[in-house]
Amino acid sequence: MIAEAGLAALWLAAALAALQLAMGWMGVSSQRTDLLAAVRPIAIIQAGLTGIAFLVLIYLFVTVDLSVALVAANDASTKPLLYKFAGTWGNHEGSMLMWVTILAVAGGAVAIFERRLDERTLIATLAAQAAIGLGFYAFLLFASNPFARLDPAPAEGQGLNPLLQDPGLAFHPPTLYLGYVGLSVAFSFAVGALVTRDVGTAFARAMRPWVLGAWILLTIGITAGSYWAYYELGWGGWWFWDPVENASLMPWLAATALLHSVTVLATREGLRAWTVMLAVVAFSMSMVGTFLVRSGILTSVHAFAVDPERGTFILALLAIYIGGALALFGLRVGTVREGSRFDAVSREGSLVINNLLLSAILGIVLVGTLYPLIAESITGEKLSVGPPYFNSAAGPLALILVMVMAAGPIMRWRRDDLKATLTRLAIPLLLSALVLLLVILLAPGIRILPLLGLVAAAGVGLASLAPLWGRNLRRTPLYIWGMVIAHLGIAVSMAGMASESAFTKETLVAARIGEPHRVGPYSVRLDDVQPVAGPNYTAIEGTVTAQRGDGKPFTLHPQTRNFPSPQTETNEAAITTVPDGQLYVVVGRADEQGRWQLRLWWKPFVTLIWAGGGLVALGGFLSLIGRVRREMRHAPPREFL
Amino acid sequence: MRKLLIWLPLALFLVFLGVFASGLISPESKTIPSKLVGKPMPGFALAPGVPGKPGLTSAELTNGRPHLVNVFASWCVPCIAEAPQLRQLAEAGVPVYGIAIRDRPEDLARFLERNGDPFRAIGGDPNSSVQIALGSSGVPETFIVDGKGIIRRQHIGAINPEDVPGIMSALGDAR
Repeated sequence: MIAEAGLAALWLAAALAALQLAMGWMGVSSQRTDLLAAVRPIAIIQAGLTGIAFLVLIYLFVTVDLSVALVAANDASTKPLLYKFAGTWGNHEGSMLMWVTILAVAGGAVAIFERRLDERTLIATLAAQAAIGLGFYAFLLFASNPFARLDPAPAEGQGLNPLLQDPGLAFHPPTLYLGYVGLSVAFSFAVGALVTRDVGTAFARAMRPWVLGAWILLTIGITAGSYWAYYELGWGGWWFWDPVENASLMPWLAATALLHSVTVLATREGLRAWTVMLAVVAFSMSMVGTFLVRSGILTSVHAFAVDPERGTFILALLAIYIGGALALFGLRVGTVREGSRFDAVSREGSLVINNLLLSAILGIVLVGTLYPLIAESITGEKLSVGPPYFNSAAGPLALILVMVMAAGPIMRWRRDDLKATLTRLAIPLLLSALVLLLVILLAPGIRILPLLGLVAAAGVGLASLAPLWGRNLRRTPLYIWGMVIAHLGIAVSMAGMASESAFTKETLVAARIGEPHRVGPYSVRLDDVQPVAGPNYTAIEGTVTAQRGDGKPFTLHPQTRNFPSPQTETNEAAITTVPDGQLYVVVGRADEQGRWQLRLWWKPFVTLIWAGGGLVALGGFLSLIGRVRREMRHAPPREFL
Repeated sequence: MRKLLIWLPLALFLVFLGVFASGLISPESKTIPSKLVGKPMPGFALAPGVPGKPGLTSAELTNGRPHLVNVFASWCVPCIAEAPQLRQLAEAGVPVYGIAIRDRPEDLARFLERNGDPFRAIGGDPNSSVQIALGSSGVPETFIVDGKGIIRRQHIGAINPEDVPGIMSALGDAR
């Protein structure tokens, strides 16, 4: 009965979404205020019903109700509780239900909290949000019902993809989804503002916290996903330009651009059409990403739930929403004034360059991701685009981007002087020159891109602190702190990437027991290999002793795990983190002579990559708190209901 | 001009939509017969792709036994996913030959150490010329070739665990 209750709640929520769209539409076009007043409570109840459906699914997974097909296919009674719980969204149907739940809850939150916008624009926004929700409800109810029964119920479930059995990954998809859905709200605001022709500072201020929130979550999601791939796949790399990785990177790039242009619109009334366009593009990238991952038209090592039929459904949704929004944009944006003017050399100017560079990188990633598909449809041949393309095409642009990032925050709004800006940058430039000299002296054979990366990271890191110079630090607004920390985080990440790519040492050997091997500053010895049993896997576990110089020896335990259902092997790298880097040890198979495949990496300062990502997210978070607090002080509370 | 710019995003999006749709409509089949299936391997002679291992010439492939020719690259992520299956096939006694596309010897050596080395010989194909002659356009891709050097089957994309029995039986048929 419980599963049926969940399905009923989902149907009711879908009906309410239809009602919300219809009443919002009529209310906006006929200006009837009674209709307008009804839309907000509907949005809130719809959110509650979807939430109930999602809680029901979690309950079914946690209690391992095998009479539900989805549970039988993705759950097992032997699984640890955390993964029963996370198994709810570790599959296609469950993740789609999670998506629509977050979407509806976000709509409800807009209905409750939004007070800056004009009433008509708000209702148009809620109608747009309901329209998006409606498509996903239809998708769930007609193409991928999570509550479908299985008769007869099997004695045991098939378990969860072992690659997904990791605490980090249990919370990775929800983080990304929250980010994607935050962008859906920005999209709905853009559609609402186009419908009522009300693209102004109120619209920008209403949209900004959602963009900022989405961007923070995407940043966390990408950073965590990268670290997960690094330690779980056992390949020693941290970014593979895999279509699934690109699917989350593309919305992040668009959201980063949007975040900066929405600030120009909120503070200076400039870049109106461009901001609306970016809001549409950012959500489009979320949808395109979902489509690519779900439809099976691109092969990836970790795409799951691929099915052309579902792909067709998502493609139809894509066509309606993105096509519709772009058509609306074409029809309406002509009536939107472009807003305040500014000089090329100004804060706005630097933000425009930032936007163009981000868009160019986005284009490069999009083309690289889709190229195999385009080539196939034209020539009928299958191709794949590898990291060489992405690195060489996007790398230099990213480098220029961070340099612009250093200059932007210290420039004045409206107009500034190039010479004065460069003077303000003198100390960071000096530091960069010093680093350049030092690196060339100490590491003569270094490749050009990592070298420039290290140099830029030093200069940009220092320059990003510049907005704090000469300020009373205790009176500096929180959002300025946020910007400074986020920019510093980018520089820190970049230092980590450059250092990892320039100075990584690796040793790959067939190791005999007791034989010492060297990697970087470490001496590593394989002492023993023993089989061990986990809760739902068996593994071979190596005992490895490592010693740095004459330091204290320590023991590491890398594992190769074997999961029975479905049959999969995963590598659990043993990683030791020290202040100046990480020692990364993986043990593989044995050969005929009883030697074990031992893979060792010494990665100097690799942790800076993710520490930087954390700083970027922290900066975003401080900025969000600062902005919201400021808005609360300035906007009067609105009567609710 | 401005009018055109405004409608440009929609136009671009429609193009993408068309591409997506055609990608969905064309059936995703893992065993697409290429023009070369049933024909002999084109003639080629490739230098060793990695030091310490022989290169590959087409003459070697007419040695009277059925074998696999795997087109791969160290920068290709699906090739990593495929590696265990190739090792499994090699351990079962299947002669596996490799053609490494647009690769550098040091990257290749690292790839082999990391993912195992099932190959009897690896030819380096730095500018994809042999790949193009083979009618292969992506990595990974695998050809089942019989003892006379006739291509019997082409497997596009990574060899997944469930593909292994089919490949074994196709090799049996090629005897």
